[in-house]
Amino acid sequence: MNLDIALYLGQNGVTLGAIYALLALALVLVFAVTKVIFIPQGELMTFGALSLVSIHSGHAPKVVWLLVVLGVVAALLDAGQLLRHRQGSRLAAVLAGDLVWPLLALPAAYLLPLSSIGYPGQILLALLVTVPLGPLLYRLVYQPVAQASVLTLLLLSVALHLALTTLGLFLFGPEGSRLPAFTDGSFTFAGLPVDYQTLWIVGLSAVLVLALFGFFNFTLYGKALRATAVNRTGAQLMGISTAFAGKIAFTLAALIGALSGILIASTTIIYYDSGFVIGLKGFVAAIIGGLASYPAAAAGSIFVGLVESFSSFWASAYKDVIVFALILPVLLWRSLGSHHAEEDEA
Amino acid sequence: MRLGVRYLPIVLFVALLGVAPWIVGSYGVTLLNYIGLASIVVLGLVLLTGVAGLTSFGQAAFVGMGAYTTAYLSTVSGWNPWLGLLVALVLVTLAALVLGWITLRMSGHFLPLSTLAWGLSIYLVFGNVQAIGGQTGISGIPGLSLFGWRIESARHFYYLIWLIVLVIIWTVHNMLDSREGRAMRALKGGALMAEAMGINTTWFKTILFVLAAQYACVSGWLYAHMQRFVNPTPFSLGAGIEYLFMGVVGGIADLWGAVLGSGLFSLLRQWLQDQLPSLLGGSGNFEGLVFGVLMIVILQRAPEGVWPWIRRLDPTRRNIALPFAGPPAAAALESRRKPPIGETVLKLSQVTKRFGGLIANNAISFEVRAGEILALIGPNGAGKSTLFNCISAVDRPTRGEVRFLQRRIDHADSRSVAAMGMSRTFQHVRLLPRMSVLDNVALGAHLRGSHSFVASAWRLDRRQERRILATAWEQLERCGLSEQAAAAAGSLPLGQQRVVEIARALATDPCLLLLDEPAAGLRYLEKRNLAQLLGRLRSEGLAILLVEHDLDFVMELADRVVVMDFGEKIAEGLPQDIRRHPAVIEAYLGGVGDAA
Repeated sequence: MNLDIALYLGQNGVTLGAIYALLALALVLVFAVTKVIFIPQGELMTFGALSLVSIHSGHAPKVVWLLVVLGVVAALLDAGQLLRHRQGSRLAAVLAGDLVWPLLALPAAYLLPLSSIGYPGQILLALLVTVPLGPLLYRLVYQPVAQASVLTLLLLSVALHLALTTLGLFLFGPEGSRLPAFTDGSFTFAGLPVDYQTLWIVGLSAVLVLALFGFFNFTLYGKALRATAVNRTGAQLMGISTAFAGKIAFTLAALIGALSGILIASTTIIYYDSGFVIGLKGFVAAIIGGLASYPAAAAGSIFVGLVESFSSFWASAYKDVIVFALILPVLLWRSLGSHHAEEDEA
Repeated sequence: MRLGVRYLPIVLFVALLGVAPWIVGSYGVTLLNYIGLASIVVLGLVLLTGVAGLTSFGQAAFVGMGAYTTAYLSTVSGWNPWLGLLVALVLVTLAALVLGWITLRMSGHFLPLSTLAWGLSIYLVFGNVQAIGGQTGISGIPGLSLFGWRIESARHFYYLIWLIVLVIIWTVHNMLDSREGRAMRALKGGALMAEAMGINTTWFKTILFVLAAQYACVSGWLYAHMQRFVNPTPFSLGAGIEYLFMGVVGGIADLWGAVLGSGLFSLLRQWLQDQLPSLLGGSGNFEGLVFGVLMIVILQRAPEGVWPWIRRLDPTRRNIALPFAGPPAAAALESRRKPPIGETVLKLSQVTKRFGGLIANNAISFEVRAGEILALIGPNGAGKSTLFNCISAVDRPTRGEVRFLQRRIDHADSRSVAAMGMSRTFQHVRLLPRMSVLDNVALGAHLRGSHSFVASAWRLDRRQERRILATAWEQLERCGLSEQAAAAAGSLPLGQQRVVEIARALATDPCLLLLDEPAAGLRYLEKRNLAQLLGRLRSEGLAILLVEHDLDFVMELADRVVVMDFGEKIAEGLPQDIRRHPAVIEAYLGGVGDAA
């Protein structure tokens, strides 16, 4: 290996790391607020990327139908619940909340002249059809058992992952696809060619990391979300709706997921089932950050990206094994450092 | 006869298993073989998830390790398959020990997360190592032979597989119904309490994880020799998730749920694979959608799976709380030598505990002697609970020393303190609500027994088990609760639950009893009974340290009282003196007027 290759691998690693950082942040966010280990984050990512692929090629993304189905089911469940508790007056507002995004996305996907709205417009449309999946999935899958143990929530996540992957095959087919870069071309920096897309990825990641950091530390909603993470009952007593907090967390996660999918699809081919492994790498990064700290998760992600990039040079067949094996020493280090404070889980 | 009726469903099931191959045809036998192989893996998951409250997505990786080890050794190296099983078990055990050692000391979700990574990695290794055939796999694996019997056809394997399933169910059932089994059952929702009873919860979690891995390994070994061929596909992470799904469908908390779940899942998958492609068009494994949605619905609506419904069909099991037949016919366990009445049992000198800048306890000193009740009182926030934690070795004092039976314990852990003869109750009752009262109390006698789970699995522990139960019974009788021995602990009123906690603490054979607000939430009559019980225990020579809010209760019962306020000891003395102590009156009434 010479310096050029090392620099190239380093650049590639940092790019990957920036995307993993986004995923890791979403995972930490969802876990902190809802105690859900959100394995289907990877699927939201592929859904975002592949929807954009379909929009970019001029076809309406079929995911929008999933959105409609989930919205209708959620509306039915909510209506039943409200009527049973004799709260019919809230019916209209709740139903509108469940159905507004699907009803916006459906005509948008089918009526807009897809090829003439430009790449930014297409990206917005892709986000419109995938981001609302986040809160709807939270409503349907997790909210009914929000008080359950971490274990039950994890099992739900795995079940959801299974269902969404299969749906991914059904909605997008088995072929892999790639997206064009936001900005083509490259420039030379210190003798090394750097793609503009790399700048986009690293820059967008950095902006999102900072935005999240600011949101949690300086806004009322962010603080409310953190309060829910620390003590659900206490937050509820203070008038913070945990269901609302969960939906916000999942909306953010879906937004981050779809964006990171769009970013990663501009660097590599994405298949309907690619999300899982990429999402798990986000997890490795999040675990390095202890599933708690945003800066630590971001640093862990860069590390994971670098490890992956360099191991794909030396042992490409084993690069995933090497990345996943990383969590063993990390967990060991964490477990030796952690105080033996046993917390009972019902 | 009663016994016969209870075991009738099992006898019927075994008889049905015995004749099934003659009824279902060769295709049916193959399907039943797969159900049996899956059941073996899922039984391990019942231990891990249903009993220990952990889970693993990587069981398929352990199945694969079993299959690949024996496949390689019996073809390339030409070893005997039974030797292959041995080597596979050793490898799997090592892998599980490493994973468990790293993750089980931390909170519960790290094990499943690391098994995700583990399951993915092993699958990639199987597919990429050319020495074990890469994606093509290994073929030409021989059948089995046992004492000259050749096990080669599907029907031969059928009997071997289901024999192993039944043996595992029997041994695991025995194991859970024993000293160490009770400790295992305490892992889910009772870890803190179990540690206070001297149970090493990390160790038991590790044992259950290793057992689950070993069962998976046996299943893989059988699979390889039955199939005569292995490739990576059946050992993917997806397969690992399917095993978990089977457990959830059947009922992850019950051994029979594992068999039921494996059966239901396999039949459903078979049916879906026949139906779905024509329904949805195109090829692909669309059953994942059905399974995923079904699993979500089950987890939301019926988290105990299908088994509880089946169980309700059986009229003999409808009454969960059978009337207890009477005290076990065995002598209670021997007691340790207790310090004579009047001897100092616990001695605190200058105990200080800081949390950052906050001084929760400042230089507290006092003694507790055998045969006396010392009450520790004080207003809210006085630092009583912190001190209680320092004494029971849940927490460590910043400075000063705690001596128990002349030995320093301020740096010991709660397990070793329990072993020395200090036992405690909890402010918020910590019983295992679904376990019987007798079993809950027997948990206290854990450290006084010695049989391991292996002996229990094969019922070699019965003599000692009877003595443990007799001990638990004796403590229940001492506390006046023996009539409730067979009831589920969660069904008792709070007052009786607190007494069960005391009986459990007594079953540890303690020299010192620490009671954390035992009278909280009790009614007048219950308080009086509790006071009588504690009085009796005192006269038997036990040292009792009581943290309590209820001043009337304390003043009538305690021999001496220590009063704390703002982390300081402000008074110590006889109850009647404490009542008139100016500092105490000020602490409780804010220094206004004088106490009536």
